[in-house]
Amino acid sequence: MSEALLDIRVERKNFGATTVLTNVHLALQPREAVSLLGPSGCGKSTLLRIVAGLEKDYQGELLQGGGEVAFVFQEPRLMPWLTVEQNIGFSDDDGYDKAWVAQLIDEVGLTGFGQALPKALSGGMAQRVAIARGLYSRPQVLLLDEPFSAVDAFTRMKLQDLLLQLAEHHGIALLLVTHDVDEALYLSDRVLVMDNRPSSIRQELAVELVHPRDRRDPLLARLKALALTELQRAHVI
Amino acid sequence: MSSKSETLPVALAPTLTVQRSAWPRRLKGLALPVLILVILEVVVRIGWLPSYQMPAPSEIAVTLTDLAEGALWKHISASLLRVLLGFTIGAGLALVFAAWVGLSREAEAYLEPTFAGLRSIPSLAWVPLLLLWLGIDETSKIVLIAIGAFFPVYLNGVAAIRDIDRKLVEVGQMYGFSRTRLVRRILLPAALPGLFTGLRSGLSLAWMFLVAAELIAATKGLGYLLSDGRETSRPDIVLAAIIVLALLGKISDGLLAALEKRCLAWRDTFNGQGPEN
Repeated sequence: MSEALLDIRVERKNFGATTVLTNVHLALQPREAVSLLGPSGCGKSTLLRIVAGLEKDYQGELLQGGGEVAFVFQEPRLMPWLTVEQNIGFSDDDGYDKAWVAQLIDEVGLTGFGQALPKALSGGMAQRVAIARGLYSRPQVLLLDEPFSAVDAFTRMKLQDLLLQLAEHHGIALLLVTHDVDEALYLSDRVLVMDNRPSSIRQELAVELVHPRDRRDPLLARLKALALTELQRAHVI
Repeated sequence: MSSKSETLPVALAPTLTVQRSAWPRRLKGLALPVLILVILEVVVRIGWLPSYQMPAPSEIAVTLTDLAEGALWKHISASLLRVLLGFTIGAGLALVFAAWVGLSREAEAYLEPTFAGLRSIPSLAWVPLLLLWLGIDETSKIVLIAIGAFFPVYLNGVAAIRDIDRKLVEVGQMYGFSRTRLVRRILLPAALPGLFTGLRSGLSLAWMFLVAAELIAATKGLGYLLSDGRETSRPDIVLAAIIVLALLGKISDGLLAALEKRCLAWRDTFNGQGPEN
């Protein structure tokens, strides 16, 4: 395997007196898609925030193989006073790359909405803008924190396919946090099942299927059974 | 004339359909004031109210036009200048302190208790002190107006900054924004709705304190006109001055409201329910 894009070891992460993470080691290869699967509050989002540099108070080390990292939050978090275009190019203030923004708008399927304000967008459309904003900085790794948990099931499937397509097209590695077993298995090359608090990685499931995948693939069903068994043993469900 | 009126409806037709929703609303708003004016006029004319106490609306209108040909503009410009100066100074200082206290916990710890204490003093209690210190000329009036405008702007400003969605701020932190960039790109626009609320209530208080200042000691201004009307037993002058004050207050607030609407068109807010929708 080539050198990891991202390599992080968290020995311990506390919130006050509670320990949320212990002994987590995570490495991400270029173009790889990895999911962290676990219940809400198990510390998987915290792990993602540590990788993004939003949490700095932890014991461990972040060995990043260089390269840009971008974050897509659970909510779109668009600036309501900026247009879709300005939101996508947000990191470059007013001097954003217009051509690149226009291309991203087309790629996420929002052609013609460049001048729209966030209030005019549906939840799914707003999350497309958030993904485009994540891609704007040409990252090598896209971190996603339950990005599709707030949209309906059909929109979610569409957005999952869009995400895979964009990751493939731009050669981006994905690190995704989710509590949706199907989503984790459908999107990822590896699924890391998290323990309950204090959490660590309980099991790693490799999903050896090429993209595009069929959601009805029997292997996905078998792996889902496996993941559910693990989650049950961890007293998560 | 008759041929003109025949062509009018055709020319107006397209604009009428556009404004159909706007006009009935405005007429609804006018109904109550017009009714009150008519009742007053009638009541005074038939002698139920003595006209030396409550002049008829038509009489006030005559007084107003008389004043408009004479000293009214002098009074208006004196008052307007005081309000503008006082409001600019008060609101400007309030914005600076609100930004400071809102952004820094340290500044909050040092300044907030003092401001909370000062705020609990009814602002008119400053009047005697201001007169003693600054005399009865312009300075004391402008300082009083500035004090009146300061607190609503300051309070709303701090609240607006502290109400900003942490999740939006986090987006800027993720991009590694510097403090000034965070303020310019996220904090300022996000706080703008609250800042406008503060500015508008500050402006209305500025008008209130103007009247207080001018009632106490002035040789020109609308407040002077009010007390002059009382001293010469001319309720029509008092009412004319009140009407001018109301108009000026409404116009100045309208200007701020228009600016607010322009700056905050992005807001996704509830606008009330009506029979139209």
